[in-house]
Amino acid sequence: MSGNDKVLQIRALRKSYPGGVEVLHGLDIDLRAGEFLTVIGPSGAGKSTLLRCINGLVPASAGSCRLRGAEILGLRGAEMRAARRRIGMIFQAHALVDRLTVMENVLSGRLGYTGFWSSWARRFPPGDVAGAFRLLERVGLEGYEDRRADRLSGGQRQRVGIARALLQSPELLLVDEPTASLDPKTARQIMRLLRELAAENNLAVIANLHDVGLARMFSDRIIGLNAGTIVFEGAPGELTDSELSTIYGEEDWSTEEVADVSA
Amino acid sequence: MPVREENATKVWQRRTPRGRLALWAGWALALAVLVACARQISEGTLWVFVADAHRQAADLLARMVPPDPGYMGVLWRPLWDTVNIATLGTLLAVAAAVPLAFLAAKNTTPHPAVRQTALLMIVSSRSINTLIWAILFVILFGPGVVAGIAAITLRSIGFIAKLLYEAVEEIAVDPVEAIRATGGSPGQVLTYGIFPQVFPSFVGVSVFRWDINIRESTIVGLVGAGGIGLQLDASVNALRWSQVSTILVIVFLMVVFSEWISARVRKAVL
Repeated sequence: MSGNDKVLQIRALRKSYPGGVEVLHGLDIDLRAGEFLTVIGPSGAGKSTLLRCINGLVPASAGSCRLRGAEILGLRGAEMRAARRRIGMIFQAHALVDRLTVMENVLSGRLGYTGFWSSWARRFPPGDVAGAFRLLERVGLEGYEDRRADRLSGGQRQRVGIARALLQSPELLLVDEPTASLDPKTARQIMRLLRELAAENNLAVIANLHDVGLARMFSDRIIGLNAGTIVFEGAPGELTDSELSTIYGEEDWSTEEVADVSA
Repeated sequence: MPVREENATKVWQRRTPRGRLALWAGWALALAVLVACARQISEGTLWVFVADAHRQAADLLARMVPPDPGYMGVLWRPLWDTVNIATLGTLLAVAAAVPLAFLAAKNTTPHPAVRQTALLMIVSSRSINTLIWAILFVILFGPGVVAGIAAITLRSIGFIAKLLYEAVEEIAVDPVEAIRATGGSPGQVLTYGIFPQVFPSFVGVSVFRWDINIRESTIVGLVGAGGIGLQLDASVNALRWSQVSTILVIVFLMVVFSEWISARVRKAVL
């Protein structure tokens, strides 16, 4: 692995909330360009906090996080915003601004590069607007640019969220439960789209997923998080039932139908 | 303990015996206070006057009907003043209330101390009635429209800011986080993430307050702060009851009209 290839390097990342509850107990994670990493684990394991510590939405308590070799933990103000521009984030489908149009939502991906008054007047550089049209077409929403975001279906909303994040031309993509509240078919379509776009742009991706099946299907590598500690790390094929029990706790993981009890 | 056992079955009741007793005691106390108040009011009333109220009402009505249409010509100017007092007062109040609301909302305030100051300003504005503000401003600015505008403004700032900061505190956090995550500046987070979410309540509250202010600006004239209230006061003092009824009819029509407008505007932005 060459040094330039390494997009993200997290060392001994800790997060405590006021009151002393520590939710992340010193995590080490490395991520290469073009790699799709999935984080699984029970609710409350710290998956969302991990992503938010990386882009500073939640301040980390200790440790180091290097983006292409440069420390980004503890940055403030304009420096923090400059780092955030290089990190795209995709949330659950509700994270669009409902009363803005699809185009306004997608263009908000360029806010970090646009002055306040230009963005207030919705005057974005022609290149950004062209890029937004290109991405809308790529995610399958051609012609939807004037539709208000609250008029879209869950899957369409998530496509807008993806376009918004990609318009940042990010080097790293943080994806937080992208398929929560989506039906199984739409969830797979969204994951496939994410996977393709990450490959096209040689992006490094960290995705939190609740659905172990989707994680197995779409990841290069999986990390299992339990109570703020990494308890599993490996390829999708290495994620056995006993590993799942380590991550989530004891459970019968067989997917066959429950045997007929009367037999 | 609402759950107890009786013949080996669990019985659930909404309140404990002690809770039931406290509830009855509370109702009994409320009733006692009500009776005491009624007695005190009764002692302070001259019932002779109340007894012939229906005759007085009939008398007053007879003097008011018919209204005096010839008086209308004098009323257009004060009516225009009244609408202006309400509209300008509301606009100025909105301009002051929007920043105040963002300073007062828990999720947008720069500092808790700023928040407390903003809340104090909102409470002071709200706790003083428009008519009292009007009396103060008539002393400061002299009688006229300016005092009325200032009174309407000062009272409305608190009203608009309070409803608006409550709306700001109830917004969804996901879109706001998403805008922050793109690297947007605080100003952009405000204009892209927060303002679109509170825009409907912003318009709704402003128009609602304008609607209230149309009504309030008809009375600030009673203390000299301009508008149609001045005419009303003059006509009442001169016992010109047909003029009074003309004014009341016109005010009624204006209020109906303003309610119609505010209903239309609120419907349009939702």
